[in-house]
Amino acid sequence: MSRIGVFVCHCGENIARTVDVERVAGAAGQLPGVAFATDYKYMCSDPGQGLLKKAITEQRLTHVVVAACSPRMHERTFRKAVEQAGLNPFLCEMANIREHCSWVHEDREEATAKAIEIVGMLVERVKRNRVLPTITVPVTKKALVIGGGIAGIQAALDIADAGHQVVLVEREPSIGGHMAQLSETFPTLDCSQCIMTPKMVDVANHPNITLHTYSEIEQVDGYIGNFQVTIRKKARSVDEQICTGCGVCLTKCPQNKIPNRFDRNLGTRSAIYVPFPQAVPNIPVIDREHCTKFKTGKCGVCQKVCGPGAVDFEQEDRLVVEPVGAIVVATGFELYSIEEKPKGSPIKGYGEFGHGKIPDVIDGLTFERLASASGPTGGKILRPSDGKEPKQVVFIQCVGSRAREKGISYCSKICCMYTAKHTMLFRHKVHDGQAYVFFMDARTPGKGYDEFWRRSIEEEEAVYIRGMVSRLYQKGDKIVVMGSDIAVGVQVEIEADLVVLATAVQPRQGADALAQKLGISYDKYHFYSEAHAKLKPVECATAGIYLAGVCQGPKDIPDTVSQASAAAAKVMTLFARDQLEREPIVARVQERNCVGCFACMKVCPYGAIEEKEIRDRSGKLLKTVAYVNPGVCAGCGTCQATCPSKSVELDGYTDEQIISMIEAL
Amino acid sequence: MTVHHAKQKHDFEPKIIAFVCTWCTYAGADLAGTSRMQYPTNVRVVKFPCTGRIDPVFILKAFQQGADGVLVSGCHPGDCHYMAGNFHARRRFAAFRKLLEFIGVDLQRLQFSWVSAAEGGKWVEVVTELTEQVRAMGPMQEFKALALEEQWSGRLDTPELQEAYQAI
Repeated sequence: MSRIGVFVCHCGENIARTVDVERVAGAAGQLPGVAFATDYKYMCSDPGQGLLKKAITEQRLTHVVVAACSPRMHERTFRKAVEQAGLNPFLCEMANIREHCSWVHEDREEATAKAIEIVGMLVERVKRNRVLPTITVPVTKKALVIGGGIAGIQAALDIADAGHQVVLVEREPSIGGHMAQLSETFPTLDCSQCIMTPKMVDVANHPNITLHTYSEIEQVDGYIGNFQVTIRKKARSVDEQICTGCGVCLTKCPQNKIPNRFDRNLGTRSAIYVPFPQAVPNIPVIDREHCTKFKTGKCGVCQKVCGPGAVDFEQEDRLVVEPVGAIVVATGFELYSIEEKPKGSPIKGYGEFGHGKIPDVIDGLTFERLASASGPTGGKILRPSDGKEPKQVVFIQCVGSRAREKGISYCSKICCMYTAKHTMLFRHKVHDGQAYVFFMDARTPGKGYDEFWRRSIEEEEAVYIRGMVSRLYQKGDKIVVMGSDIAVGVQVEIEADLVVLATAVQPRQGADALAQKLGISYDKYHFYSEAHAKLKPVECATAGIYLAGVCQGPKDIPDTVSQASAAAAKVMTLFARDQLEREPIVARVQERNCVGCFACMKVCPYGAIEEKEIRDRSGKLLKTVAYVNPGVCAGCGTCQATCPSKSVELDGYTDEQIISMIEAL
Repeated sequence: MTVHHAKQKHDFEPKIIAFVCTWCTYAGADLAGTSRMQYPTNVRVVKFPCTGRIDPVFILKAFQQGADGVLVSGCHPGDCHYMAGNFHARRRFAAFRKLLEFIGVDLQRLQFSWVSAAEGGKWVEVVTELTEQVRAMGPMQEFKALALEEQWSGRLDTPELQEAYQAI
């Protein structure tokens, strides 16, 4: 026979104002199985919890119902108190008579009646609660960081500096990401390469970091503390162990007119290449698509000139399995294409801007390469079409961003600031040049940001025109920019030498596929979703996976670095313990009834259900049943609702518990 | 000056049971509370980890126990805390509704909706709407009739049943 204790909270006036708490406690006392019922002003306070603990010992209570606020608020508090009094914490339930009753109703009579019914439901439920043991799982103190841009580098360095092993995986042949492509950074105008490359070298030299470049995530299994990650190391065709990075192969390769993607196709590279001179690791890759040896079977010059003999045309992709305890996702972004509309994309593209047909209409990142001292022009601003210095440059903001009709409604956050920076860089390099900026609003929240933007207007004389551009077309060697100035209410036409589009920031292509491998959620633009917009901004809803940088939403370098360090701190918090405790809300199979149809296996979103063979002593197979791995199970219960023979049960939400609640009505 | 309307008394107050997931709709209902929104007292909430856990049997059980309306609500498609539970639920209920319709339950008594943790207002709307709709429909008699009939299950009082019996 159960001896249930019911504790009704006044919550000061919050509950007591509309609910007659004394009557609720009185009615609860009459319910079968209830041995003790009382009300108190603040149950969650120290004396309130003391009252609860005292009653458990004195009244020899077996189960507890606290009728107070939402379990989302204080379930943990009361379960802890119950545990301190010697009861299993899962024998305590909360009846929500605040958020679901006193706060949403005015009629005292009706609200009291409802509160009594809610308490009744929970009393019936708690009777059927079972003692659940806390589940502990070990923690593998090794982290995986996906993406080697500034976010991934920062997170990897922080975790490695704390003394934990880190595996850093980068898709490209070199780490560095977009920050390595930038010329100077706002609002200080310090050289991006100068602050980035030392960090890249730190990663390469760190004893705790294993770097896998030119590699991708193939598969992710497991759960918090115990992930198994399969990494595909793509064939470099150059042996990383042997190559010394001398670079002779690059100079001798006859295929040397391939557009260099790192330079936004402005410069050229050879078929065997490193993306940029400061690459980490400084080991070339053979681009098999363009290499003569791979296309025709002849050539092999690089192999002949390579002193140590590192070039290996036979090399194949390799799969590496790494056990890790936590994962930081930092896959970054790419820019909205100003070329033709990408196939299958909901995004519409910009036909009115020539769809990338006018060579001197470039995007912001291309301008960064033009302005960069290590870029294809050595830092001179020259037009891609004829190599002449442009005098009139038009910058157009919000290309793709904040344009619902084009498929993206969000603000890309960084464009206002980098456009202001571009006008400055242009003016510093072309003293008699004039920059025009078409903009909707200038959004400059950030330390020193507004001052920086003002400087571009007040000192560098950039002309800001509030309004959008309707059309661009080529006229001789000029580009005619047709737009409107809505502040003055007139149409504007500017003959420009160069047009720079501040295109929207988007998640990487394939961000959705990676999310599916990781089991994390993403929004309609494929930005990864954090667990809580305010209070859990770096955690994923999937435990043990953390987010850093633009893959979660547009942000600038300082925000990215902060988020990366925050993600690293979360990983370190996790690694500070040897064992993890988790809620024991997991499914269990009753093997006797299970017929082995494995319908549960098909619906389980976590792959927590495995086949288990039941054999007799002689080893003869009796039957194959389902088995739920409690470490992987997240406790959604979809298997239970699916099971045709009702052989799988979710602890804490059994059929018995649910039906007793319905029957209590 | 605020005018307090005298609360309208109705002849019939329906019983509504809501099966909700803990991550979205339960939290949405909590938000309605913290925002002090008002809605009818008819609804009783049963919390699940996920709509995927909701067995259609629970809905039948609710109607059997005298519920006049049932609401099932979880996360929006794509927002499931457990990735895909709400999709399984949606699929299950699409089929289950057909079955209920077949046995003669007015589907206006069973509502399926998505209410996120941020949609306290939507929770109020959904609950109020369903309560008023069911109130207008009157008490749910079908299951009471069935329960009565169950007691007399030996009777073959329709020509169809007679014919079927003869054919055995």
